[in-house]
Amino acid sequence: MELSYYPGCTLKTRAKNFEDSAIASMAALGINLKEFPRWNCCGAVYSLADDDLIHQLAPVRDLIRVKEQGQGKVVVLCSLCFNTLKRANLLMRNDAEKRGTLNSFMDEEVDYNGEVEVVHLLEVLRDDIGWKTISDRLKVPLKHLKLAPYYGCTLLRPQEVAIDQVERPTILHQLLQALGAEPIDFPFAAKCCGSFQVVGNREVALESAWNILSSVVSWQAEALVLSCPLCDFNLAGKQEELKQKYREFKGIPTLYFTQLLALALGLDSKICRFELNYQDPQPLLESKGLL
Amino acid sequence: MDRRIGVYICHCGLNIAGTVDVAEVVRYAGTLDSVVIFRDYRYLCSDIGQELIKKDIKELGLNRVVVAACSPRMHELTFRNACQDAGLNPYLYEHANIREQCSWPHTDRELATDKAKALVRAAVRRVYYHEPLEVKEAPVNPNVLVVGGGIAGIQAALDIANGEHKVYLVEREPSIGGHMIQLDRTFPTLDCSECILTPKMTEVAQHPFINLLAYSEVEEVSGFVGKFKVKVRKKARFVDESKCTGCGVCEQKCPWKTDSEFEAGLAKRKAIYIPFPQAVPNVATIDKKLCVYFKTGKCRACERFCEERAVDFSQVDQTIEVEVGSIIIATGYDIFDSRLMPQYGYGRYDNILTGLEFERMTSAGGPTGGRVLLKNGKEPESVAIVHCVGSRDKNYHEYCSRVCCMYGLKYAHLLRELTKAEVYEMYIDMRSFGEGYEEFYERVSREGVNFIRGKVAEIAADPVDGKLIVSCTDTVIGKVLRVCVDMVILCPALKARSDTEQVAKTFAINQRADGFFLERHVKLDPVATPTDGIFIAGCCEGPKDIPDTVAQASAAASKVLSLISKGRITLESAIATVDETRCLGCGRCEETCTFHAPKVVAKNGVMVSEINETLCKGCGTCAVVCPSGAMSIRHFTRQQVTSMVEALTEA
Amino acid sequence: MRVEVSSEKISGDFAKKVKEISREDILLCYQCGMCSAGCPIAFAMDLLPNQIIQLVQLGLEEDIAKSRTIWLCASCLTCSVRCPRGLDLAKVMEALRLISLRKNIDYIRLAEISHDALAELPQIVLVSSFRKHTA
Repeated sequence: MELSYYPGCTLKTRAKNFEDSAIASMAALGINLKEFPRWNCCGAVYSLADDDLIHQLAPVRDLIRVKEQGQGKVVVLCSLCFNTLKRANLLMRNDAEKRGTLNSFMDEEVDYNGEVEVVHLLEVLRDDIGWKTISDRLKVPLKHLKLAPYYGCTLLRPQEVAIDQVERPTILHQLLQALGAEPIDFPFAAKCCGSFQVVGNREVALESAWNILSSVVSWQAEALVLSCPLCDFNLAGKQEELKQKYREFKGIPTLYFTQLLALALGLDSKICRFELNYQDPQPLLESKGLL
Repeated sequence: MDRRIGVYICHCGLNIAGTVDVAEVVRYAGTLDSVVIFRDYRYLCSDIGQELIKKDIKELGLNRVVVAACSPRMHELTFRNACQDAGLNPYLYEHANIREQCSWPHTDRELATDKAKALVRAAVRRVYYHEPLEVKEAPVNPNVLVVGGGIAGIQAALDIANGEHKVYLVEREPSIGGHMIQLDRTFPTLDCSECILTPKMTEVAQHPFINLLAYSEVEEVSGFVGKFKVKVRKKARFVDESKCTGCGVCEQKCPWKTDSEFEAGLAKRKAIYIPFPQAVPNVATIDKKLCVYFKTGKCRACERFCEERAVDFSQVDQTIEVEVGSIIIATGYDIFDSRLMPQYGYGRYDNILTGLEFERMTSAGGPTGGRVLLKNGKEPESVAIVHCVGSRDKNYHEYCSRVCCMYGLKYAHLLRELTKAEVYEMYIDMRSFGEGYEEFYERVSREGVNFIRGKVAEIAADPVDGKLIVSCTDTVIGKVLRVCVDMVILCPALKARSDTEQVAKTFAINQRADGFFLERHVKLDPVATPTDGIFIAGCCEGPKDIPDTVAQASAAASKVLSLISKGRITLESAIATVDETRCLGCGRCEETCTFHAPKVVAKNGVMVSEINETLCKGCGTCAVVCPSGAMSIRHFTRQQVTSMVEALTEA
Repeated sequence: MRVEVSSEKISGDFAKKVKEISREDILLCYQCGMCSAGCPIAFAMDLLPNQIIQLVQLGLEEDIAKSRTIWLCASCLTCSVRCPRGLDLAKVMEALRLISLRKNIDYIRLAEISHDALAELPQIVLVSSFRKHTA
């Protein structure tokens, strides 16, 4: 099966480990993620201003590209891109006036009326493939691995784009269980990592990250599982600085869920590009005999 | 016959006259066919206004009357009665609504006046075709059905039974008592709930005029006010009620356990059980779903040990049919499931309880013997009480559940009395509206309780010591607080029972948007429903405390007693009628009617439809489906309706 | 210290602008504080989100401008999904930021970010922070 795929900027560079492991593991599960041509940056965040439509142009253009390919569905991996594209899509579906304005402004493009479905990779894993199929295809069950699944904000909020229940999501927990691991239920799984504040209000973002990491450590998880490159930067990329600030923190390995999926399906660990992980999970994985 | 029509336009103070040019409408009325008198008056519904009309009827020999005023729901009956007083059949009257349908929604004087003229014209043309109708009455069966054996049902049943009328009290659980029997002490007086309720329960059990049908459910209701036929299914207890003495030996011997509904899940009960010591009736019941005998045919321990030989596995459900004249529904409430707010950790972390669970904990006869205990058996050193769980929240229930502020205060008081715990009360507003309520709030304020004005956002557990961390904003000082406590008590919303829709269908009553049963008028008729003869009382009508529940129960009882006292009801006169010369006997009317009024019968060798006038509600459905036009509704004949349409569409 | 409250302030340009950009009915807030209690950044804010809303209700623009709160908001939407009155607080915060940003006053300046910092920041961080904190 082939599905149209939107990578977004960061997955092509800093988060190539996320993309490569995703594409490889989906291929192993029989799904070819095909990047559609001429995609553009979606803008990363969805504009919350009701009176200004200029920021909707970029994500809507991407959706038009998908429509032009004759595709009814597009799979997104980056959480922020998913949120932005899906919200822009709902805007085009539900607001007739804004839809008219945007379509007539982009007169060089075909009209777009929300024909495309925007889904996240986790939804494809849950709904199109199914946890049982994944479990059945495991080559390397991730036994004795205590993992803290971290969702971040943009997969769950607002309600209309949520891929799972907002207050107590379980989709990542279920994936980890299907992979044979032990998901740890810690209370801050959906608490914001600090997001873009790491640029404008650095200290604040560091402390937000620390609030989450200290909870993960106190609940005795062995590694943190991430689903977003921005969360990765805050929760993994800043760990060295946090170790300086909070002496009791020894750091915690981090991985993308797709890297775990690739490993569990028996793919070569090289495809996971662990060298790009801010916090190397390889020593932990080796100690569990998973590499 | 010559029509002599009187037309009266009401000013209704400025309600109508402020927008509509009444003088112009009156002048116009006088130009219409057959109108012999046309007047206006400031308040036609007043005695003087009505006298005007009555005088004209008598002195001018009017045989048709039109009043253009407020909604017919307000005063159609008033003016019909006035006509009747003056010797004119009340159905020779027509009411035009030029207030709710004209002066109130519109602002343009000219257009509103034109519309009022059109409405008057339509009424005058219609009334031309009105015929006098007979007003018939039917007797009211003095028996009463009360559905629900909680405090509301118990009170209503006792009030009616004390008037020496027979009451069938149907209760779905094995015992009456409802939720109130689960409560410990009731605010603000801190009376022991069981102590004040059990005497009433005993009274019900012993009352010669109350037929208690416990462990029973209403299956089907048919008929109408004064004459309802009700099918009640008495579920099999597998215990002979006449033999069981309530000794409890069977319960001791039974090896099978499940969560006790009465103890709100804090303790277990057996497959054969008496829900609580003061149960009425005080007989055992076997839970068929849990009892191993019904699955494998083995065990039968209860049967072996019962000295009275009361256990009877061969029992079957019985259907009992009763006839009553009126019904009171008092089915109570359910508690909001706090797991729907996962951020509060209910069901996920230990030592987070709902209010009902805490009631059982502090009850002397409860699972902990009245002691407030954590899961590890120790007493808590700190407790947080969280208000508005699922209430006042667009995401769950928008309404306020009314009782939680008061029982939240009650828990604070009990905790300070029974333990040395630090108590935190997190609230948004303190609603202490009733008698002695504000005083109780002040009393609790003196007991060292920490009040924090903020709705709790999250509750998490500390992974090391299991302490609960409650996050809330103190909105007064503008700080976000993290309060570490041993125990949390949640105040969940009171919501409509999960089967409210089903029950509403069975009794042909309606639900409000918030899920509770719909009352006839929220202020002026809160215990009646739009369905004549069916009343509602207590929390099934919306969350409320015990005083209000008891007041509503007695109110519903008084409405019923009033019906019984009069002994007869007025039947709807505007009902279906068959033109037998046109009727084909096709039976479409009989198929469509939900009240089973038409029946195709043989008359002089021809099959024609016949209407049971006591069942017909005049809804008009049969007239619509009748292919030959034989069926029409009195007072809504084709001629009457089309004359209105033509009048309104005239330029 | 007394604060002058007048209908000019409450229904003035500021209130109109907030309404125009966010389309939210500010007066709905009944000050339960659930937003602030769940806000992941509240620990660093001088004025809490529920206090900001109250200030908007009264049209006290200057107090909001003196506070860092609206710039610390991460648009995580935790407040919006939980508000019992259904108020989308994140949209109000965005409107408050935009009122300032549209005057061409950036909160962060590209020139002030060091080369090293720029090198380490992934695009997703740079683009999102520029979208929220600059005109």
